[in-house]
Amino acid sequence: MTKRNYMNPYLAGMLLGLVLLAAMYFSGRGLGASGGLKYAVVAAVDAVAPEHAKQSVYYSSYFESGEKPLKNWLFFEVLGLIAGGLISGALSGRLKFTIEKSPKISNKTRLLFAFLGGVFFVYGAQLARGCTSGAALSGMAVLSVAGFVTMMSIFGSAFLFAWFFRKLWI
Amino acid sequence: MGPLSIFNNFPEWANLLTGFIIGIGFGFALEQAGFSSSRKLAGMFYGYDATVLKVFFTAAITALVGAQFLSYFGLLDLSLVYVNPYYINASIIGGVIMGAGFIMGGFCPGTGLCALSIGKIDAFLFLAGGLTGAFLFAETYPLLLPLATSGYKGPIKINEWMGVSAGVFSLLLIVAAVVMFWLAEKAEKKFAREI
Repeated sequence: MTKRNYMNPYLAGMLLGLVLLAAMYFSGRGLGASGGLKYAVVAAVDAVAPEHAKQSVYYSSYFESGEKPLKNWLFFEVLGLIAGGLISGALSGRLKFTIEKSPKISNKTRLLFAFLGGVFFVYGAQLARGCTSGAALSGMAVLSVAGFVTMMSIFGSAFLFAWFFRKLWI
Repeated sequence: MGPLSIFNNFPEWANLLTGFIIGIGFGFALEQAGFSSSRKLAGMFYGYDATVLKVFFTAAITALVGAQFLSYFGLLDLSLVYVNPYYINASIIGGVIMGAGFIMGGFCPGTGLCALSIGKIDAFLFLAGGLTGAFLFAETYPLLLPLATSGYKGPIKINEWMGVSAGVFSLLLIVAAVVMFWLAEKAEKKFAREI
């Protein structure tokens, strides 16, 4: 299949906004992503070290009422996210195993900083109780102060640190 | 009347199925927007590609205005829609840590998952890092507890804090977004770069 261009950003934004509105209308909540990773970790720790999960203040709160961390709206939404991305990539001819990076850096550098970026991002998201989707975007759509503050904090910080990491991108 | 899951008492399987289907729409929209590309996302911070700003603000405003219309026509009870609680310090410090992760990794968790779905190996590493970050947070949680719970303000709304109606605030946000879109289009021409 031939590779198609990306959708017009304003149109894609409207589509994303309607999906978020659907989440609010059907389920009374916003979208999320980092939470799905958290539930995966909670389930993995419970499977590998159930004693540790029971004693920890953090993990035990996820099992209080006999809940299963993977039988959860957000975890299923994240599974759907992967399926939806795959469908879009297939329809637009973008499915390909590749490492995307600036030609000025090695694959090793890209992968190292991708990993570090993931560690920082999700650590921060746990502290702020949500990431760009769950705290910033969904928060703004319900006029939550937390949403606006988190949004400004994420983007402000990325602009601030951009100079130090410019060799990775430009 | 929505939220449908609350008024119709959705059983668990229906809730999970709803989550899955909404997730498909979420992933589809992110991928179509070009958010499966880290160089496109990072372009936001060097001015050569402002797609992030355009998609993000268009989406927020669409959902914000849509929710108010649904509420106005009696189709959605907004008091039953989750509003994120505000913990001043956690929101700001968490956001700063996320911003650093964004510029190092080129993804946020949602866009990372989206990029993984079309085969980006760097996104796989980003998410492996993400799982590590979630694990580190869980293990250091007792130490962070004072910071994570300090400055609690509750689920406060920005328009109430400013003393204006939701409609007036939305209008101000739309005007601000249009100005930012205009600046973004100019920046993309000035800092243009092939990716």
